[in-house]
Amino acid sequence: MNGLVENYDVVVIGAGHAGCEAALAAARLGLETIVFTVSVDSIALMPCNPNIGGSSKGHLVREIDALGGEMGKNIDKTFIQSKMLNQSKGPAVHSLRAQADKNAYSRGMRKVLENTDHLTVKQAEVTKLLVEDQVIQGVETYSGAKYMARAVVLCTGTYLKARCIYGDISNYTGPNGLQPANYLTDSLKENGVEMFRFKTGTPARIDKRSIDFSKMEEQFGDEKVVPFSFSTDPADVQIDQASCWLTYTNEHTHEIIRANLDRSPLYSGMIEGTGPRYCPSIEDKVVKFADKNRHQVFIEPEGLYTNEMYVGGMSSSLPEDVQHEMYHSVAGLEHVKIVRNAYAIEYDCINPRQLTAALQFKAIKGLFSGGQFNGSSGYEEAAAQGLVAGVNAAQYVKGKDLLILDRSESYIGVLIDDLVTKENHEPYRMMTSRAEYRLLLRQDNADQRLRKKGYEVGLISQEQYEALLLKEQQIEEEIHRVEHVNIGSSTEVQNLLEVNHSTVLKSGTTMAELIKRPELNYMMLAPIDKNRPELPEDVQEQVNINIKYEGYIKRQLKQVEQFKKLETKRIPEDLDYETIKSLRIEAKQKLELYRPMNIGQASRISGVSPADISVLLVFLEQMRR
Amino acid sequence: MDTKTTIAAVASAMSTAGIGIIRISGPECMDIIHKVYRSKKNKKNIMDVPTHTIHYGFIYDGEQVIDEVLVMIMRGPHTYTGEDTVEIDCHGGILAMRRVLETVIKYGARPAEPGEFTKRAFLNGRIDLSQAEAVIDVINAKNEYALKSSMNQLKGSVLQAIGEIRSKILYHIAYIESALDDPEHISIDGYGESLKNEILPLRENIQKLLDTTGEGKLIHEGIKTVIVGKPNAGKSSLLNLLVGENRAIVTDIAGTTRDILEETITLHGISLRMIDTAGIRSTEDVIEKIGVQKAKEYAEDADLILYVVDASDELDENDFEIMELLKSKKAIVLLNKTDLDIRTSQEKLQGMVDAPVLAISAREERGIDLLEGRIKEMFFAGELQFNDEVYITNVRHKAALEAAQDSLGLVLQSIADGMPEDFYSIDLMNGYEELGSITGETVGEDLVNEIFSKFCTGK
Repeated sequence: MNGLVENYDVVVIGAGHAGCEAALAAARLGLETIVFTVSVDSIALMPCNPNIGGSSKGHLVREIDALGGEMGKNIDKTFIQSKMLNQSKGPAVHSLRAQADKNAYSRGMRKVLENTDHLTVKQAEVTKLLVEDQVIQGVETYSGAKYMARAVVLCTGTYLKARCIYGDISNYTGPNGLQPANYLTDSLKENGVEMFRFKTGTPARIDKRSIDFSKMEEQFGDEKVVPFSFSTDPADVQIDQASCWLTYTNEHTHEIIRANLDRSPLYSGMIEGTGPRYCPSIEDKVVKFADKNRHQVFIEPEGLYTNEMYVGGMSSSLPEDVQHEMYHSVAGLEHVKIVRNAYAIEYDCINPRQLTAALQFKAIKGLFSGGQFNGSSGYEEAAAQGLVAGVNAAQYVKGKDLLILDRSESYIGVLIDDLVTKENHEPYRMMTSRAEYRLLLRQDNADQRLRKKGYEVGLISQEQYEALLLKEQQIEEEIHRVEHVNIGSSTEVQNLLEVNHSTVLKSGTTMAELIKRPELNYMMLAPIDKNRPELPEDVQEQVNINIKYEGYIKRQLKQVEQFKKLETKRIPEDLDYETIKSLRIEAKQKLELYRPMNIGQASRISGVSPADISVLLVFLEQMRR
Repeated sequence: MDTKTTIAAVASAMSTAGIGIIRISGPECMDIIHKVYRSKKNKKNIMDVPTHTIHYGFIYDGEQVIDEVLVMIMRGPHTYTGEDTVEIDCHGGILAMRRVLETVIKYGARPAEPGEFTKRAFLNGRIDLSQAEAVIDVINAKNEYALKSSMNQLKGSVLQAIGEIRSKILYHIAYIESALDDPEHISIDGYGESLKNEILPLRENIQKLLDTTGEGKLIHEGIKTVIVGKPNAGKSSLLNLLVGENRAIVTDIAGTTRDILEETITLHGISLRMIDTAGIRSTEDVIEKIGVQKAKEYAEDADLILYVVDASDELDENDFEIMELLKSKKAIVLLNKTDLDIRTSQEKLQGMVDAPVLAISAREERGIDLLEGRIKEMFFAGELQFNDEVYITNVRHKAALEAAQDSLGLVLQSIADGMPEDFYSIDLMNGYEELGSITGETVGEDLVNEIFSKFCTGK
C-alpha cells in the first residue's frame, strides 16, 4: 500500500481543454493546484477536428478570453488559417473559426501550464474520490497515493471506461489509443452519481502526399485575420495561412455505405452510447438524407509539421475495408493512404442535472466538473465549463461567492443552464439558436459583457479592466456625438450617397439616421463626418452596431429585463417540495430532482407549468413572511 | 408570474347580462384608462381625479364608442391587488363587455392569467397568510379550468390551422438557423425574397382566424346544453327545430378530437351550445344503446339539461333514473307530443321534478317560444351561468394571434429593410411562441429537433 499523502487546495482531474482552463484558473487565483493527466504528452490534445471556434463556438472562445481564460490566447499563437464565418449576416452570428496546428496548440498550452505558479502537473490515473459526509476530501490514484484537497474538479473528457470502435473491432482505449480511466466511474457511482453513456466519432486522417488536390476546390483564410483574444495585437496574427480543400462524396460512395450498413456497429447494436445528431457519421447522413446525392468533404491540415490531413464530414465507424473503399471513392482521394482509421468512441459521463449552475455537485460539496464529462461536446464547450468550474473551485475554497453566468449575459450561461436544467440525451453542442438574446451576446462585445466579472474574480488585471472602461467610455461618447451630428444635403453628401446606391437627401438628417440605412455604415460615412475623432477599430465597430441595430437591441434588452425578474427570485437550497401540497406530483418530482436555484430556472424545467410557478411564488412569499 | 405588467380581465361572473365589470391592475392602468375613457362632455381628465372615485362616461376605441360605463379609479396600495386598479362597469351586455376588454388590451394591458389578481393581492401583502392556501387553490382550480378550456374549447379545425402555421414557421427558422450554424454547408443568401412569399399566406391564415374570434368561432362559448330522454321522445326533432328555427346558427362542426356533434344557437342573444353525441340522430337512442350511464356523463358537464318526455307514453325506469340525474342540475322538462293522446300529464310530471315542466309539440312546432322565454328568464335571473374563463380564454387567444401577426409583420419589415437573415428568425420565433401559447405548446427542443431532422449539417 502506497502511503504517499500530499495536500493541495484544488485537484483537477484531466488536462484536456476543460482541465487546462480549470487548473490555470485555480492556480492563477493563488490556490495550490495539482492537475492529473494519464499522459503529460496529451495535455490540451485535439483528438478530433483541427479547429478552434466556428458558429457560436467562436463566441465561447471570446467569452473565455474575456473572463481571463487561456484558449483564445493559445489559438492566436498556434493557428494556421482563420475565417470570420457569416460575415454577410448580422453581427450576432459572426463567428471566428481557426485551423489549429494541433501539435503546436498542445505544446503551447503545456508550456503555459508548466510555467504557471502554484500549478503542479502530475501523470497518474485517479481512481477514487475521497468523500466524507457529502463533502469532498481529495482523490486517490491507481498507485494508492492520496491527494487531499478542499475542492476537486472532474474534467475526464471521453476517458471514462472509453471504448473505440470501428466495424467489429473494439478497443478499450481513450482517444488516439491513449490509456482510458477505468475505475473512477465506479467510485462516482458509489457516491450516488448518476452516469450516462455517450458516444461520438471522428473521421480518418490521411497522408497529404496521396491526395490529388487538382480535383478539389482550395479554401483560403480571411485576408485580414481577427484575433480571438482581446489581448492579442491584431498585427501579430497577420500570418501566411495554410489552405483547406473542398471535395464531395458521390452516389458511388453512398452505394458502398448502403451495401455495408449491416456491418456498422451502430446499426448492429454493438454501440449502445447515444451519439450527437449535429455531428452525424457519413453513414448516418446517407441513411437520414437519402435524397442528397452528395455531401461536402473538407480536407484540413492537422498541422504544419505533419502530412496528416483531417477528412471533415466523413466520420465513420464502418469496418476498415469499407472505410478504405469509401474514402477511395471520393474525388481526389482515389489513391489515398489512410494514416489513422475513423472510429467511434463510447465513454461514461454524468447526467448534468446533478450540478448547480456553478458546476458544483448538489450532493457533494466541493466537487465540481466541466467538459465532456458533463455531457457536452466540443473543445470550446469544454474549455468554457472548465474555466467556470475552476474559478468556482477557487471561490469555494476561499469562501467567496461562486461565479454564475446567466442566459442573458453569455453563451457560457446558456450552455451551463441548458446542461443543468434541460433533459439532455446526446452530447450537447452550442448553437447560436440556443441563445434567446443573441443580438446582445455577440462575439464582438464579449469583453463588455464579461471582463468585469473576470476582474472581480481576479483573472483580469487592473490594466486590462481599465482598458475596457476606456473603450466603453469612447463608445458611449461617440454614439452620443453621432446622434447629434446634423447632415445637410450638400453636394459632397449627395455624391457619397449616390456612389453607395443610397437615396439622396431631401432634407437634413443626423449621422445616426444615415448609419441605420442597410447599405451604409459608420465607417463609410467618415468623409462627410468632419469632426469625427480618431478611434480604435473595435470602438468604431461597436458604435456602428449599436446605432445600426438599435431597435432590435432595445427590444431584446426589454425581454432581458423580464427574464431577470424571475432569475433574481431565489429558491432556498433546502426547500422541501413535498410540503407544498398544491404542486402537481410531476412538478414536485422534477423540482426535487433538479433543485433549481431560482424561479427562472424552475420555469425552464420541462414538466413544470406556469401554474406550478405561481404556486411556488405564493409558497415562497408565505415562507418569507 | 411577472408583476410589472398591467393585466385585465372580466371581474364579475358573466351570468347577468346587464352589468359586467372589467378590472385592470398594474402600473400602466391609469395611462390605459386615460387613452380609452371620455367623460360625457369630454372635459374630465381621468388622470387627475381623486382616488377611489367613480366616473360616468364612455369607453372609446379611437373615435368609436364602445360602451357607456362607470369607471372606478383606485390608486394603490389600498386596492384589492395593492396596485393601481381601475374597474369599468359596462352597461351594454356581454358583447359590449367583451369589446371593452379587448380595447383595454389593445391599449396596453395583457389578459390576466387565471387567478392572477388574487396572486398579486397576496404577493403585495393584501391578503394575509392564513389565506395563502386558498390563494393557491384558486390558482390551481382556475388553471385547471383554463387548461381544460384552452385545449377542449379550441375547435379541432382551429387547432389544426394553428398547427399548420406553426410547423411552417418552424421550418423556416430551422432553415435559417442551420445555415447560420453551418454556413459552409447551407447558403441562405437572398432568402428574404422567398421567405416573404411564404410569410404572406401565413399572415392571411392568421387573419382568417382573427376574423372569426369576434363571432366566437375560435372557441366554443355559450351555455353547454344537453338534451336527454328516452328513445323516440322527440329529442332529435326538438334539436332540429331549435336549430332550424334559428337563423343564427354559428357553427356546425364535427369535432376532430371527440365524437361529439355540437351546434351553437343563439336565443335572444344568449348562446347555447347544443351537445349531441355523434350520430345520435341517425342511429339508435343514446339511452338504449349506451345506457343511462353515458347520458349521465354528458349531463355531468352540462350547464343546462333539456329533458324530453313523450306525453303519449308511460313513464318507466329510464325516466326515473333521468329524474334522479336532474336533481343537482339546472334543467327544463319538455313534455313533447302533447298533440297526441296524453298518458303522462303535465301535472303528474311536475309533481315528480323540481324543474319547470313545459308542454310542447315539436311536430306542430308548438311551445318553443315557451322554452326560449324560460331559458332567457333563467339566464337573466343568474340561474344559468357559464364560466367566464372560457370567455377570457378567447380574449387571450385573440391577443396571442395578434401578437403573432405583429411578429410576422416585423419579419416582413426586416426583409423590406434589407436586414440580414438572422434577424428574421428572431421575430419568426416570437410568432411561433405566441401561437404555441394558444395550443398550449412550449418551444422546448422543437427548433433543435427540426434543424437536425430536416437539414444535414455538421462535420
